[in-house]
Amino acid sequence: MNQLLYSKLNSLIKVEPSIATSIGKIQLDKPVMLASGILGISLDVFNRLYRSGAGAVVTKSLSTEPWEGYPNPTIFSVKGGGWINAVGLSNPGAPNFAKMIEPNQNVPIVVSLVGSIPEDFEMMIKQFKNCKVLAYELNLSCPHVAKVGLEVGDDPELVTKIVTAVKNTTAVPAIAKVGLGASNYLNTVSTAIDSGIDAITAINTVRATAIDVETQRPILSNKFGGLSGTPIKPIALRCVYEISSKYNVPIIGCGGISTWEDAVEFFLAGASAIQLGSAIGDNWIGVFDEINKGILQYMQRKGFSTIKDMVGLAKKS
Amino acid sequence: MQRNHNHPTIVTIEKVINETPTVRTLIFSDDVMSNVLPGQFAMVWIPEVNELPMSVMISQESGKAAFTVRKHGPASTGLYNVEVGGQIGVRGPYGNSFDLKEGKLLLVGGGTGLVPMMRLLTFVKSTDDVTVLIGAKSKEEVFFEDLANSLLKNNSHNVIVSTDDGSYGEKGFVTDLVEKLVDETHYDGVYVCGPEIMMYKTVQSAHSRNIFVQASLERMMKCGVGICGSCCVGEDLACRDGTVFDGDHLSKNKEFGYFHRNKAGILENY
Repeated sequence: MNQLLYSKLNSLIKVEPSIATSIGKIQLDKPVMLASGILGISLDVFNRLYRSGAGAVVTKSLSTEPWEGYPNPTIFSVKGGGWINAVGLSNPGAPNFAKMIEPNQNVPIVVSLVGSIPEDFEMMIKQFKNCKVLAYELNLSCPHVAKVGLEVGDDPELVTKIVTAVKNTTAVPAIAKVGLGASNYLNTVSTAIDSGIDAITAINTVRATAIDVETQRPILSNKFGGLSGTPIKPIALRCVYEISSKYNVPIIGCGGISTWEDAVEFFLAGASAIQLGSAIGDNWIGVFDEINKGILQYMQRKGFSTIKDMVGLAKKS
Repeated sequence: MQRNHNHPTIVTIEKVINETPTVRTLIFSDDVMSNVLPGQFAMVWIPEVNELPMSVMISQESGKAAFTVRKHGPASTGLYNVEVGGQIGVRGPYGNSFDLKEGKLLLVGGGTGLVPMMRLLTFVKSTDDVTVLIGAKSKEEVFFEDLANSLLKNNSHNVIVSTDDGSYGEKGFVTDLVEKLVDETHYDGVYVCGPEIMMYKTVQSAHSRNIFVQASLERMMKCGVGICGSCCVGEDLACRDGTVFDGDHLSKNKEFGYFHRNKAGILENY
């Protein structure tokens, strides 16, 4: 009833809905972000993605030193949808990367970091002292590289130490990216919150593999990788729903989002913004504006004036 | 089930041709790959070795395609060593293709960069006047000269070979020949594929004279579909925006001709 009244009021006073959103202290003009690991190695590409409608771009996960990643094949297209990748966190290293993005003025950049110990994260954050960084996203969930990612996320003591160290090193907001590992991911979430994390990104890719029947060999050079794309969307949505039901923390939804309907589902489950990656492989970078436009039209049709009005609505009785 | 072009299709090598002491052509049957456009590429999986992007070579027989590979790193050497009966996976085709003009055409190829040029020759009209420049280090590294002549047998044409050491054909760099030819003739289209410096100079020679020119760029690739970002050249992704780019576009790109990225994504000089 209230919603109907609101919608009528809106049409009377012609308030245009806004797709701007906030994830705690992090403000975005648009709610669709580039997920980490995708396209993120050049400032020129970041600028292009921003012009194409990305509200923010998350960099590839950076390590203290340059990493070459695994040999090819590093990516596999699953019949019926989705991708399995084991790129192996290839990246130029935080010091090189910081130099590259130093000239940036316009693009909201979230710097993703991966490491094994608190000192790794402290060292990397210091590299960005002359850069405009919107937030740091701590990769506690990569499923295919030893000693980092999920292996860190599965260790509550280490999560506490890393998040505490990050919060003591920078005033820039910190986001923990969680995924499905050996332990209950909700423990990682609660540990990160207790240590002062500002927001949660859920979820990372899900550990998976593929075998070629003709040659009877695993396809990826690393044998195991992470499944992304449409097959994991319902799982990611469930996680966002669970986190938002249990904790009072801003959430960024990530996992298989490829349409505006997917994005709205994540808002309704409790996410304040979303990230996408695999959809770019299928639909190329026009997908950002397509989803932004779809969200706006949905808000006009349903009488929502802000993204916030939708966040967690599916849980309301 | 309908073929998913992103999913590797396993094909069997039927014939291997030694083109030079370091270059081989591997022929296989595949309708999809036999019909790709000039400039398009496939991601080629050598089981238990690696996967690499390859321009798709033509075959004289219908329904067949090929890869012409120079042994260099572990991936290309792995492909080079696949024998008759060996199986490889192919996915794609990926990327755009050359925009073929009509009239006086100049095709410039160096090494395995000749592969998309040979496919382009199968698309020229019989009324086109076609010049093909083949650049090689020395006589023993020259290949596809006879093939180019035979593909152009119904055209007014000229196939010119230049070797860096002068052991065959004209002596010197192929780009010096390009400079000379575009100075004499206003071509309707110039097409180039080969080492980056060769492409850079060819694009400069043609573009500065307002001649339409396109180059097919090579970069380290992992996904081939525009996700991983490994192949970015400035703001362009070679796999998805290219591999073929107009000279006009390339002349504004800060990385073309100067930098490529290594496996960690760090810019390195050519």
